[in-house]
Amino acid sequence: MQVQDLEKIFQDKIDAEIKIEPKDWMPEAYRKTNTRQISQHAHSEVVGMLPEGNWISRAPTLKRKAILIAKVQDEAGHGLYLYSAAETLGSSRDEMIADLLSGKAKYSSIFNYPTLTWADMGAIGWLVDGAAILNQVMLCRTSYGPYARAMVRICKEESFHQRQGFESLLVLSKGTAEQKAMCQDAINRWWWPSLMMFGPKDSESTNSDQSMKWKIKRKTNDELRQQFVDMTAMQVKVLGMTLPDPELKWNEERKHYDFGEINWEEFWNVVKGNGPCNKQRLAARNKAHDDGAWVREAAMAYKAKKEKKRDAA
Amino acid sequence: MNCTIKKFYYGDIPEDNSGSSNQSASNVSANGWPLWEVFIRSKQGLDHKHVGSLHAADATMAIENARDVYTRRQEGVSIWVVESKHITASNPDEAGELYEPAVDKIYRHPTFYQLPDEVGHM
Repeated sequence: MQVQDLEKIFQDKIDAEIKIEPKDWMPEAYRKTNTRQISQHAHSEVVGMLPEGNWISRAPTLKRKAILIAKVQDEAGHGLYLYSAAETLGSSRDEMIADLLSGKAKYSSIFNYPTLTWADMGAIGWLVDGAAILNQVMLCRTSYGPYARAMVRICKEESFHQRQGFESLLVLSKGTAEQKAMCQDAINRWWWPSLMMFGPKDSESTNSDQSMKWKIKRKTNDELRQQFVDMTAMQVKVLGMTLPDPELKWNEERKHYDFGEINWEEFWNVVKGNGPCNKQRLAARNKAHDDGAWVREAAMAYKAKKEKKRDAA
Repeated sequence: MNCTIKKFYYGDIPEDNSGSSNQSASNVSANGWPLWEVFIRSKQGLDHKHVGSLHAADATMAIENARDVYTRRQEGVSIWVVESKHITASNPDEAGELYEPAVDKIYRHPTFYQLPDEVGHM
């Protein structure tokens, strides 16, 4: 069969909302885009453990500590679901991990910001996980089957992340003057980076519709960002806090909130590796990987030993 | 087809050669941990269902890891693991021929038979 015919069959399936599965024929660019997107998503989950791991030993109560550990454990699980999905496209886990550790592969820039106070744990849950959820809910309907299934599983767990974050901020917002100030400060610092999570403006993106045509993605960056702003602008009122944007206001005509311009220079700087914690995050991942080498080897040695024993018996 | 995707999505950060995409797939990772498929019975009386895969040194470790990643919220009462290399899958390119014999046999369905209402539920 001609490649053009295969491409037509492929696109017809996508148009008919039939999921693409690992052994199906797919255009090389579809495979490549999915591999990159899914593995970067996986890396984001894994690196995402670091800013929060920073506070496990300093959580204010045993309850908050247990919640935080559970959340960080979830992120590790999400990374695994995603690596597994990416592996079905033909990349090995080791290659993907090696690309992360060498700095070749990217992960979400949001995790290159530092977690300075306890309130950051709440702000990350509410804003960062909130932004991620909008993206992930959309990806539950993505055209590549294994990615969509991983997303369904992740979304089920992710809702707890956002709710615990908001609840944690709610407690601070009703606390002492210092706690309130800490809450507002965390929101101030995480607001803009959270908006940046949706990526560049639609008008800045070239070739924008291939991912939409392949139904890898079903909403544009700006659509998702607007959805996030509308949602968050309402929720912040419940906290009795404000979002750090003087231009944020309801637009009755659009039935959406208007908001100010993102600092795109900062966005690209962090993407290019010059964010506050880029080096620290990669160093921490590399150290963890190196320190864990003996465990991986020991597990194989133990397996070999058991097999030897079994064969001898 | 050679189109470059230049739109930058969350989880899809730009860099022309970021991410690995070659097809040298091996089911054994460098440290030798093979890939396992995980099947979970969510409660007594139901079938085991495929939930995903993971790497582990041996079957015991695969079950323990599956417990940790796939049943953190009591999603299962029983786990099966099987090394991925032992699974033989049908070829999607041959799906047409493979399932064709069933296509024209509508008489295998109960709805094919028209019975008088007096018969009641059958």
